Order: sequence, then C-alpha cells, then structure tokens
Amino acid sequence: MEKEISIKNVILSKRRLSKGTYEFWILNELVAKRAKPGQFVILRTSEKGERIPITIADATDSKFRIVIKAVGKSTIQLCLSNVGDTLYDVAGPLGKPSETGYYGDVMVIGGGVGIAAILPIAKALKEAGNIVRVILGAKTSYELILKDEFSFADKIVVCTDDGSDGIKGTVVDGMIKEFSVSKPNVIWSVGPAQMMKNTSKVALEYDIPIWVSLNAIMVDGTGMCGGCRVLLSRKQQNTVIEEIKYVCVDGPEFDGRFVEWESFISRLQQYKEEEKRAFEKFLEEVGDLSWL
Amino acid sequence: MAVRDRIPIPELEPDVRKHTFSEVSRGYTLEMAQEEAKRCLQCKIPTCISGCPVGINIPGFVKEIAKGNLEKSFKIIKSQNYLPAICGRVCPQEVQCEGACVLNKLGKPINIGALERFVADYAQNQGFNTKYSNLSNFSIDDKSGLKRSPKRVAVVGSGPAGLTVASELGKIGISVDMYEALHEFGGVLVYGIPEFRLPKEIVKIEIKALEELGVRFLKNIPVGYAVHPRELLEEYDAVFIGVGAGTPKFMGIPGSELNGVYSANEFLTRVNLMKAYKFPEYDTPIRIGKRVVVIGGGNTAMDAARSALRLGASVTVVYRRTEAEMPARRAEVHHAKEEGIEFLFLTNPVRYLGNEHGKLVGVECIRMELGEPDESGRRKPLPLPNSNFIIESDVVIEAIGTESNRFLLSQFPDLKTNKYGYIVTNEYGQTSIPKVFAGGDIVTGSATVILAMGAGKKAAEGIVKFISE
Repeated sequence: MEKEISIKNVILSKRRLSKGTYEFWILNELVAKRAKPGQFVILRTSEKGERIPITIADATDSKFRIVIKAVGKSTIQLCLSNVGDTLYDVAGPLGKPSETGYYGDVMVIGGGVGIAAILPIAKALKEAGNIVRVILGAKTSYELILKDEFSFADKIVVCTDDGSDGIKGTVVDGMIKEFSVSKPNVIWSVGPAQMMKNTSKVALEYDIPIWVSLNAIMVDGTGMCGGCRVLLSRKQQNTVIEEIKYVCVDGPEFDGRFVEWESFISRLQQYKEEEKRAFEKFLEEVGDLSWL
Repeated sequence: MAVRDRIPIPELEPDVRKHTFSEVSRGYTLEMAQEEAKRCLQCKIPTCISGCPVGINIPGFVKEIAKGNLEKSFKIIKSQNYLPAICGRVCPQEVQCEGACVLNKLGKPINIGALERFVADYAQNQGFNTKYSNLSNFSIDDKSGLKRSPKRVAVVGSGPAGLTVASELGKIGISVDMYEALHEFGGVLVYGIPEFRLPKEIVKIEIKALEELGVRFLKNIPVGYAVHPRELLEEYDAVFIGVGAGTPKFMGIPGSELNGVYSANEFLTRVNLMKAYKFPEYDTPIRIGKRVVVIGGGNTAMDAARSALRLGASVTVVYRRTEAEMPARRAEVHHAKEEGIEFLFLTNPVRYLGNEHGKLVGVECIRMELGEPDESGRRKPLPLPNSNFIIESDVVIEAIGTESNRFLLSQFPDLKTNKYGYIVTNEYGQTSIPKVFAGGDIVTGSATVILAMGAGKKAAEGIVKFISE
C-alpha cells in the first residue's frame, strides 16, 4: 500500500508566528491521511537526534502542520530547518485521538504553542455540533499565535499577562470569568504544564471534566519504555485510587483533575542539566540565535 | 575416556571492557575453532540437535570446521538458521544444544555457540555469506509455483520473529513488506541487547541481506494508527504479527514516579537505540548515576547493570531469590561479577526515597528468605519482618519483566488473545483470523531470540501453506 503513498517528510512551508515560534507544513501522506485531533508525531532531525514528540496541529490530504517553539537544542534545530529540507524521521500518528463528541457547551483553552494543539480539537468539537468557547493565553499580544484561525468558534476570549490584548491576566482568569456566564460541560486545556495544572485545579473545584494533553518526555512513543508514565490518583469515598498510565499509549490526553501534577512537572525537569549542557555546546557551534 | 579441555574464547579483560561498549567476547581464531571442533565426538544419535529450537545439523557443521571446509560448514548452518552470527552470540546454548551435549557427562560440552559465531563471522569476512541468503529448507519450495504468483505478505515488527518470516518467505519469491514503528530495524536486537554482547553492525548486515532478497523495509510506521490492521488484511494475502512483549512491568512500589527510576527497557533503549552513552554527541540524554541499583535476576537485568557500569556508575544488582534461581545466563552473571558488579541476593525493594526535587536518593529494601516452591517450581521468596535497610542510590533500573504490548492489539479487538494479552495461535502461528499469523514474544510472552526465530519459521510454513491453498 505504501507504494503509492509518499512519505517524503519534506518541509513544504515555514512561517514565523512569533519570536522563536515557527509553523511548518510537512509532506507525509500517511500521517496527513490518518491524523486525528489530539494525536502526535515523533520526529528526529538527524541521525544523532533524539525522538521528539510533537502534537499534530492540522492536516490536509498529503501534508500535516506542526508548530515549534525553540526552547532547546532539538527544537532550535527544527526551527533552523528550511523549506525543501527533509526531516530525518517522522513516525506517527501516535496516541489516542481526542474524544471530540457532542457535549453541548464546551470550553477549549490554549496557552503558548498549546494554541496550535487545541486548534484541530476545537474545530472537531464545533463540527460535532458543540457550542465552542475558546480561551487563548499568551504573555503579550505579539506571542499570541493563530488567533485568526479560531473564527469558527462561538466565542473567543483572549488573555495576556501584560494586557496588550483582551483580559489582563492568565487563562485561569478568563476561564473563571466565563464560568460566571455559563459552566461548560467539558473542558480541553493544552499549554505549558503549569497552565494545565492551574486550569485543572479550577475544573476540580467546579467539578467539570478537563482534558489536558501531557507533554511528557518520551522515547519510543509506542508503550515500550515507560519513561512517559504519569501517576493518576482519584479519591473514591475515603480511599485514594492510584494508577500509573503511559502518556504515549493511554494518552496523551487525561482528565487533569486526576493528574499528580507535582511529580509530572518534576519528571519534565529530569534532564535539565543534560539539556543545558547540550544547548551550550550547540550554541558554541551555531553562534547567536537571538534573531530566531 | 579423557576429554580434552574446552578451548576458552578470548575476551576483553574486565578492567578494559568496563569502560567500553565494545564486544566482550572476541571470538575464536581459525586454529582455536578447529581445535574445539575436533573435540566433538560426532555422536551417532546427536542429542545436541534435539536441543536446538531450529534443528541445526550441529555435528555436521562442527565436522566441516574440523576439516577446514568453512564454506560447507556455513551452508549447513545457514540452511536451518537465518541469523547465525546473532544466535551464536545471544542464544542460551547452555540450556539448549550445549546443555544436551554428551560431553557434559565427561567434562565440558563443545562450545557450539562460539563455533557457530566463528563460522558466521568467517563467512562475513570472506564475503561468501551472501551466496547462501537464498538457502531454504522448505519442502514446498519451487513446487508451489509461488515464485511466479504475485502473493504479498505484510510482516509487522522487525525483531527476530519478523526477520525470520521475511527471510523464509523472501527466499521463495514471496513479496514481503516489513513494517517497523521505530526508526531502525531489528526490534529487541537493536533496542534491547547491548553493543558489548551483540554489535549492531551485525544486525545491519542481516537487514541488508534481506533487502537484497527483495524484502521492502518500511520504518516509522506504527501499525495501529498509521496503518490499521484491517487495511493490511485487505491489502495482503497474509499478515504476520511479531510485535514482541515490549511493555515493561513496574514493581509499583511507592516512589516509582521519582526522577532516576527507569524501566530496563527505557534505560537500554536510550543506551542502545539512541546511543545516549555518546551524549552530547548524540542528543538523547541519560542519567548516569553514581550508584545504580538494578532490580531483577534475568538477562535484561545483567544487560542493564553492565551498561550502567560502562557509563561510569558503581552498580548493585538486587534479586529477591538466591544466585541459584537467577534466570540470567551463567556466563552473563560471571561477566558481570568479573566487571565488579555487586550482587545482593534475597533482597527486595519496598520503597523509593526521593528528595524535595523529586529525585531518587535511595532504595529501601527488605531481606527475604526462601519458602515452599511456588507455581514456577522455584522456592517462593518471603520477606523477613523488620529487616529493612536503605541503599543510597541515584538511579534505579527495574528489570522485572515485560508484558504484552497493547499498541497494535488495542486497534485489533477481533484478534483472540489469552488472559495475559498474548495472541492465541495454532502450531503454525495461525491466529483466530485465518489470514493473520503471529509469533515470538507476542504469542509466548517474554522468551529468547532463538525461540522467536523458531516461531517465525513455523509461521512462514503456515503462511506458505495458507496462501497456496
């Protein structure tokens, strides 16, 4: 079957969305045809590269979109790639798709590059007939990406830390403000871990299911290493039920109310020192990157 | 009757090898191999063959080594075993062919593993190995007319079972498409077994030989989501599933989420597949640790322990039974001890201790004693109350076994599995869906390379029979 399908992994287009944040469309018919909202791919930039999980932020017939923020060596390398370059490896789609059925009133929250990840989810929820309220958050208006692509939503609430666009505050402020209008039946929240933790805390108080997409550190992405494991715990009557789940195959989406955020966030820091070392060595090779 | 001593295999010295991932065993020279081969009694009823899961004519190939006919010797091996360079290195010969050797009664058995490896390496070095890629011992072979028919088979998973199926089918002219979820082919041979036991170059050579046979290798395709199993059924005349038992089990004790707690699968995959031992030249990092505790007594535990040692840590293996019950190969335990790995037997972890940053700082263990035999026939380890103690440690590697990988199966609910989640098959690997065959760890649960190859061979026969009907 793959005879006819092209898996060339060529970068077809590249666009700078904000400082250090880029959008890429990549030719890979297999991923493009199969990708469902909420799923991810694993990329490698070179023979010596690590396997990087990235959420698929849209797909058409033969190409799919990713949005990358340059934060470490591998993501910078990706952002330095240009149109016509070929990615070394692309595996996917991986992970369980989002359960984008009909719920009635839904709220979709995106922060930072998480905005790109929630776009296909919000679209699918709209297509399923839901009333979709979107809350987008960024540090400043300049860093707020893809806002125009949410025009299908029933309502868009923008929150910036400095008040340069919309509400001055975080997505949590926007979320609580919207709750006073009406309480959604279900929430999606994708962004930095701290943001997902904070929105989950609010959802727990209001007793609303909240899907978060966990950006755990992974190796294979197929349930083989257990490195992405996350602890879920829920109270049932007087007992606490704890479960270990694998983000790659059981997720990446979980109900944020039950995620053990403290250990999840500390697991994200596992290789902080190594990442810093690799990053500094890389900077010596490529020089100043403040323009990126 | 006096038996001459077994010729020892040259090895890297422990002090040298604990700093390198180079292969420990250096293999026989021609002279050594011939000396060793001459020890073979050439039994009329060779017990060694019955000890071999793929039935290699062992006295036959050993005799040819003694006579100096190495090409003939290679041909004999290759007609039964598609991956001799790999099996010669990683098979547990002591419980298979060598375990069944009659010389055990008089002294040490013939070193069949080392001889098999010698012949395979010799064939590679002399360049006559590729001449025999087409050897097949199928009774059906040409008569079936399959060579002229456009039959197509999909193989999912490129580990030892899948490679064997691809080889057997490829040799008789069936088109094979090999699907692999990772970016390299070989399955456990590339992500699991370390370089110092099995150089990856050997796996690459075998893959290349299959490519020359016409097998199409498709990497980065996770069958399940990227390609649905149903589509494979529509597209191909038969499908073979050899996805392994790759999901690691965890002890599930408190502190398992701490930074520094690894499954052996993750640790070994980072080291072997991702080459984290060459970080930062390679991008994938690994926590090296000053004091590493490895939990378990199998081959994977030995591989993890010896890898951690080579990264520069001091390593303690913790096993809940005694040395006698360890499932690991004796040779590997011996190698580990020579390299300076410490063993704590009759010990089991009960809790991991972390600091305020979520980092592992110690393992709380409890002493065990052996009670009555359990269902496995081994004496059951029981905790000794109030014997708890703490090992200071910054990395723990759990090597307590793996289970069925649900990745593909979760998308294929019609396929019949047993209560442990392994695929149910008949003796030819045929599953509850006649077009689908399976073999290796995803059928048997975690086992050996050679058993997976044996299953692959059987399944290939089953597939040929099925698609010729």
